[in-house]
Amino acid sequence: MDRRKVHFLQLALLLLIVLGWEFSVRLGWVDAFFFSKPSDIAVRIFEWFKSGEVYRHLWITLAETVLAFVSGTLAGVALGLWLALSPVASAVLDPFLKALNSVPRVILAPIFTLWFGLGMASKVALGFTLVFFVAFFNTYQGIREVSPVVLANARMLGASKNQLLRHVYLPSATSWILSSLRTSVGFAVIGAVVGEYLGASAGLGYVISQAEGVFDTTSVFAGIVVLAVFVVLLDVAVSVVERKLLVWRPAPGQEGGTV
Amino acid sequence: MQEITRETPAIELSDVAQRFGSYTAVRNVDLRVEDGEFVAVVGPTGCGKSTLLNIIAGLRAPAAGEVRIFGEPLSGLNRRAGYLFQQDALLPWKTAVENAALGLTFAGAPRTEALARAEEWLDKVGLRGFGDRYPHQLSGGMRKRVALAQVLIMDPKILLMDEPFSALDVQTRQLMENELLKLWEEDQKSVLFVTHDLEEAIALADRVVVMSAGPASRPIGNFAITLERPRDVTEIRLTDAFLEIHREVWELLREEVMRAHGQA
Repeated sequence: MDRRKVHFLQLALLLLIVLGWEFSVRLGWVDAFFFSKPSDIAVRIFEWFKSGEVYRHLWITLAETVLAFVSGTLAGVALGLWLALSPVASAVLDPFLKALNSVPRVILAPIFTLWFGLGMASKVALGFTLVFFVAFFNTYQGIREVSPVVLANARMLGASKNQLLRHVYLPSATSWILSSLRTSVGFAVIGAVVGEYLGASAGLGYVISQAEGVFDTTSVFAGIVVLAVFVVLLDVAVSVVERKLLVWRPAPGQEGGTV
Repeated sequence: MQEITRETPAIELSDVAQRFGSYTAVRNVDLRVEDGEFVAVVGPTGCGKSTLLNIIAGLRAPAAGEVRIFGEPLSGLNRRAGYLFQQDALLPWKTAVENAALGLTFAGAPRTEALARAEEWLDKVGLRGFGDRYPHQLSGGMRKRVALAQVLIMDPKILLMDEPFSALDVQTRQLMENELLKLWEEDQKSVLFVTHDLEEAIALADRVVVMSAGPASRPIGNFAITLERPRDVTEIRLTDAFLEIHREVWELLREEVMRAHGQA
């Protein structure tokens, strides 16, 4: 498959969508009040960046996302490690964790606002509850899935408990944790933006919510576009980290290749 | 600690049994491996050969009976034994040389020293220049070589081998068998080599023990292999003496293989 051809087709598809939208509005087929139009949205985004007012919101959302992501991942990995290596704790806590994880997180937003106020803390808390479970379940699974033969081999070679953790359990779990990082980043963003949307004084969610309040569809779409680009950039950053840390893993279809 | 003499066997099992739930894998197992002796255990599939190795390695305690290693009762992991597993047991996230150095690392050796000695061992098993490859970048035979280096670098007195070459193609396999014999002849470790391949067992071992078909399998035959050493596993298979021993052992083994298949 020719990569250039794929890129060309992707660009063509994008142009088709954007131009189709633009002309549907200009020709009066759809109402600009409800759908705005790409040229207006582009101008609005340009104005935001030119005046610099968007940076403050981007910064707030980024900070909330990163804080939720880091704290949720650390806590999830720690609990995952503990429960995977301690069958009793795991058996006792299992129903509680399942129950907590079944709570739709959005309904927690108001109570977090009550507890932590309108600032960043309540958004971080919301993102944390989402990220935490992804990291927890993946760590737990990663440690449970360690091949018994690999484990027996390391033990026969004289590994102590700590050495097993460092050389066997953690690296094994790392591949699971890393493959869940992208989901986690997505969840961290959701936590931040939904939190802002429901009550805040800054952040991209707040911008979108404000624009909706005055039926400013151009700003709503502009906010969505900025948010989408923001998430894609975070995703790229995570992929780079993932590739760096997982050099030992065969590329798909290359398993056990002969040299 | 008891003094290690020729009279004290490296491995001694007396009346050992192992159960998994209601299934009795092995029962009434008496087995001795003398110091420096190469013993092969053959038996049909599912006769509990791997179970025996796991008991001797200390990975699983027997349900009954006693295990003595150089005269001392075994409790916990067997610190005198190296174990070469049937499946891939290398750490996939470590390179070949890091894998080979693993035991030394666990023992607290400085990293540079451990890696240098691991390089020497990779050299010995014919993997010079492959140290920085990850396991998935090596062929099955190469991974087995790394595993061999990983075990031998610790210089265990006892070597436990669980069909280590069964996943390899015939040529690679005979090459590995010859190299194993060469390495063994250097310092005469006590080896317990488990296989379902009778030819492999005879070509390698000083003594072949035949296990009965499972469940509740136990050793039912004991054959001294008097073929002279050093041996070449490919050539020795063609000699009359080899064929005669093979015929003799197969007579006993055949019945057990038929029984195992009858149950399957």
